[in-house]
Amino acid sequence: MDETIKKQLQKTACSIRMGVLTGTFHAKSGHPGGSLSISDLLTYLYFAKMHVDPKNPDMEDRDRLVLSKGHTAPALYSALAERGFFDKEELTHLRHIGALLQGHPCIHIPGVDMSSGSLGQGISAACGMALAGKLKSAPYHVYTILGDGEIEEGQVWEAAMFAAHYGLDNLTAIVDNNGLQIDGKITEVCSPEPIDEKFRAFGWHVILMDAHDFDDIERAFNEAESITGKPVAIIQKSVKGKGVSFMENQVSWHGAAPNAEQYEQAMAELRQQLAELEA
Amino acid sequence: MADVKKKATRESYGEALTALAEKYENLVVLDADLAAATKTGIFKKAYPDRFFDCGIAEANMMGVAAGLAASGMIPFASTFAMFAAGRAYEIVRNSIGYPGLNVKIGATHAGISVGEDGATHQCNEDIALMRTIPGMTVIVPSDDVEAKAAVEAAILHNGPVYMRFGRLAAPILNDPENYKFELGKGITVRDGEDITIVATGLMVGEAAEAAEQLAAEGINARVLNIHTIKPLDTELILKAAKETGRIVTVEEHSVIGGLGSAVADCVSENDPVPVTKIGVNDVYGYSGPAVDLLKEFGLCADNIVATVKKVLGK
Repeated sequence: MDETIKKQLQKTACSIRMGVLTGTFHAKSGHPGGSLSISDLLTYLYFAKMHVDPKNPDMEDRDRLVLSKGHTAPALYSALAERGFFDKEELTHLRHIGALLQGHPCIHIPGVDMSSGSLGQGISAACGMALAGKLKSAPYHVYTILGDGEIEEGQVWEAAMFAAHYGLDNLTAIVDNNGLQIDGKITEVCSPEPIDEKFRAFGWHVILMDAHDFDDIERAFNEAESITGKPVAIIQKSVKGKGVSFMENQVSWHGAAPNAEQYEQAMAELRQQLAELEA
Repeated sequence: MADVKKKATRESYGEALTALAEKYENLVVLDADLAAATKTGIFKKAYPDRFFDCGIAEANMMGVAAGLAASGMIPFASTFAMFAAGRAYEIVRNSIGYPGLNVKIGATHAGISVGEDGATHQCNEDIALMRTIPGMTVIVPSDDVEAKAAVEAAILHNGPVYMRFGRLAAPILNDPENYKFELGKGITVRDGEDITIVATGLMVGEAAEAAEQLAAEGINARVLNIHTIKPLDTELILKAAKETGRIVTVEEHSVIGGLGSAVADCVSENDPVPVTKIGVNDVYGYSGPAVDLLKEFGLCADNIVATVKKVLGK
């Protein structure tokens, strides 16, 4: 990847992470850990990959994204705000009564393509969108992001079977493999591993990716784009809480908001990262 | 009613989808390995490119329907009521209802008249489940003419619709030449001032027959066909409550949460009159020929007559 573009994406990712913290801090609740692990992915998709128009969020041929792991809405909202779908100030009202930004993604929010959050359901909707694209010969691509804990839901595998059966090569599912879910390590709760072999067995083309390396992200999506006749699953190896030292790899940050002190510390770390990128 | 023609409303469903496919080019049909039984197989044969079998995976089918609708298609997700409303309830609620997507659910094999397959497949809870979902329209057609009209009305309505069809051949009571289906508007099948029998689906024919028997005994029962359980035609029901003073509801569904509950909610909030509910009394069904089972469960003209007489103290 071009170094200038990469640096810009890294800076944007930093801003999106700040938005995640701002949102969950003001909400006094929410899910920062898994939001931070998909922040680089969302940065790449919304700033380097997807065909979307913030001025026309319902544009017919836009690329679609269904955040199947809907609890990480703070990252999606932060990315959409950064991209200009709505004012960043909305993040400070996240989860408040009367606010635009609901606890989990809602289709009525500009830029949100599907309501989600009850795990295992988003991938099915993404399949429907991809099938509609095929029926209409529309040029759009559908992305869906799943948690590695989420894939314990049986519906995910019903959808995986469906997507392969109908050859939905306009669908890319990204599994955020940060290794942690609410009750602990995914391998200790009720292991969904081996994730790559499961998707392969269901007829998908599987790509492994480093979730926090834009060169590798670009490589993975370029490979995904070259695949025809079958859906693509990208298993991204990620760090839960990525970017905030005291949140990294800590399951306790799955669904807890930072207090004022923690918020300041986290923001200071991200400001430092941003300053280093700008230097 | 031996001379009346009969057809199962599931068959009307398959035929209507096929007949409307040319007119509505975004109409697509999904099924979950039951196309032969739900009669979407008729559509599949005529429009194989617009039919998608999801396999035995109803949860995913509802989600796929949501995604299709979110992209401008009009999907008809089809399976047995037990799996559409029961197994997939939470997907219907969260992926279809909450985003308000334009998905049509064609649920066949509803109620006790599934027959020999028994309790696991006799869904007596679907009306209750579906009417709790905000924004969901719930339709229970009574015969072939009404079922076909309901399918087109569902297409013309922008939003989620649950349609309940039966396995058993139902008498064709409506005249296709004059019949007009209005979403949310009940039909006065027969006028009367002594009592009102409110029926839906397969029970409309039984109610009409009961009213005829009652008339012979000097009791003039009004019969209302409430084909749309939600939104409910409160105007028609309250008028009947006021004019006849007593209501008996009859449905091939649990007495908890279905037509009877909807009617009772309506009158008790506005103009209370006694409501007596005929339905499945909080029990599971069992195997047997459908017609015999309906009698066993009191879902027949004779029991409606007996209940009305009891209510009126005659």
